Amino acid sequence: MILAISSQGPTLESAVDPRFGRAPYFIIYNTETEEFETINNSENVNAMGGAGVQASQSVVSHKPDVVISGNFGPKAFQVLNGSGARTALWANGKVSEAIELAKTNQLEYTQSANVKGHWQ
Amino acid sequence: MIKISVASGKGGTGKTTIATNLAAALSKKGKDVVYLDCDVEEPNGRIFLKPLISNISRVSVLVPRIDLDKCTFCGECAETCEFNALAVLEDNVMVFDSLCHNCGGCYHICPENAIKEVPRDIGEIQSGSSNGLKFMEGQLTIGEAQAPPVTKQLKKDMPPAEITIIDAPPGTSCPVIEAVGDTDYLILVSEPTPFGLNDLKLAVGMARELKLPFGVVINRSDLGDDLTIDYCRKEDIEILLQIPFDHKIAKAYSEGRMASDISPIYRENLYELYENIAGRIKQ
Ligand code: SF4
Ligand code: SF4
Repeated sequence: MILAISSQGPTLESAVDPRFGRAPYFIIYNTETEEFETINNSENVNAMGGAGVQASQSVVSHKPDVVISGNFGPKAFQVLNGSGARTALWANGKVSEAIELAKTNQLEYTQSANVKGHWQ
Repeated sequence: MIKISVASGKGGTGKTTIATNLAAALSKKGKDVVYLDCDVEEPNGRIFLKPLISNISRVSVLVPRIDLDKCTFCGECAETCEFNALAVLEDNVMVFDSLCHNCGGCYHICPENAIKEVPRDIGEIQSGSSNGLKFMEGQLTIGEAQAPPVTKQLKKDMPPAEITIIDAPPGTSCPVIEAVGDTDYLILVSEPTPFGLNDLKLAVGMARELKLPFGVVINRSDLGDDLTIDYCRKEDIEILLQIPFDHKIAKAYSEGRMASDISPIYRENLYELYENIAGRIKQ
């Protein structure tokens, strides 16, 4: 299973970022090999509009099964969902804890976006 | 043919009151005037002018549609789109219409010729008249994000008139620049409070950047401090008019009535203000 987690920093010990589109990093974690990769999303942090689309596009290119973040906007949700990834809301701790929750199937998956777009 | 725009650094300063009453005052003096409401996200000049609408037209913009049979999902279109309006997935391309700025970039870049442009309705323009005054307003459909195309269309369709009064949206962003650009004079409406002054400074910055001649109307001039006047003096900015607070005017406003029905300031003083501006424009 491949996980994508919005993160405040580039390591597994970083805190999960509550925002999806404007998180500075994404951690892409492979539960089989236990290896991870970091996507730098900092360019997007101050994007005028479409941060969610841009971020989800780069996340989706890593073909994640599950995407974890505190919040998903409607456009990001649409792209992630369109790619077949499931989205889970969780931002109460470290990336490593989110990974544990995913592995033990303790995450709650969302059916829709939970925040409004910023520039609607 | 004189075009005067009325703007303010933020909403709620009395900009629409000045714009509608100025237009009505000039019309009452027998001038050929058109009032153009360019505050397309919240046009409210009509509340006061109560125009009879005789024509409604739609405004549309072109947005991309993808032919998925031709598309190879190469991703070039999304890459080129500066506004992140496109997302290319493995077997689908998503278009986010509300983010599209209609730049045309994606049509040109697509190597498979898989993108075509289709019109999408984003708002409308209404025109009519109010006691001899020509009235026109643009309205962006709720939920739409791109105001400038509506403003552009509005200014294109505007009927010729001796005097055009443009009610600009509040703020200093793109839609404001679209509205006040290519006008002859800009009236900035402000309030004499620290916040009001801050917004005024931004608006002055915009006017100077656009090289538009401008002056300031201070509304509720007795309900604040002297900082705005001091600022204008220091910056050599003309104060066109100071209007003290009048609860009768506030009441008329809340009832959707014209201030000029109640106070001569909104008839005689605004007319004088116009003559003063017009004299200078003609020089
Ligand atoms: S550029 Fe053309 S072919 Fe490539 S993904 Fe976009 S629409 Fe498809
Ligand atoms: S027309 Fe321009 S803004 Fe719209 S989707 Fe294409 S590239 Fe993006």
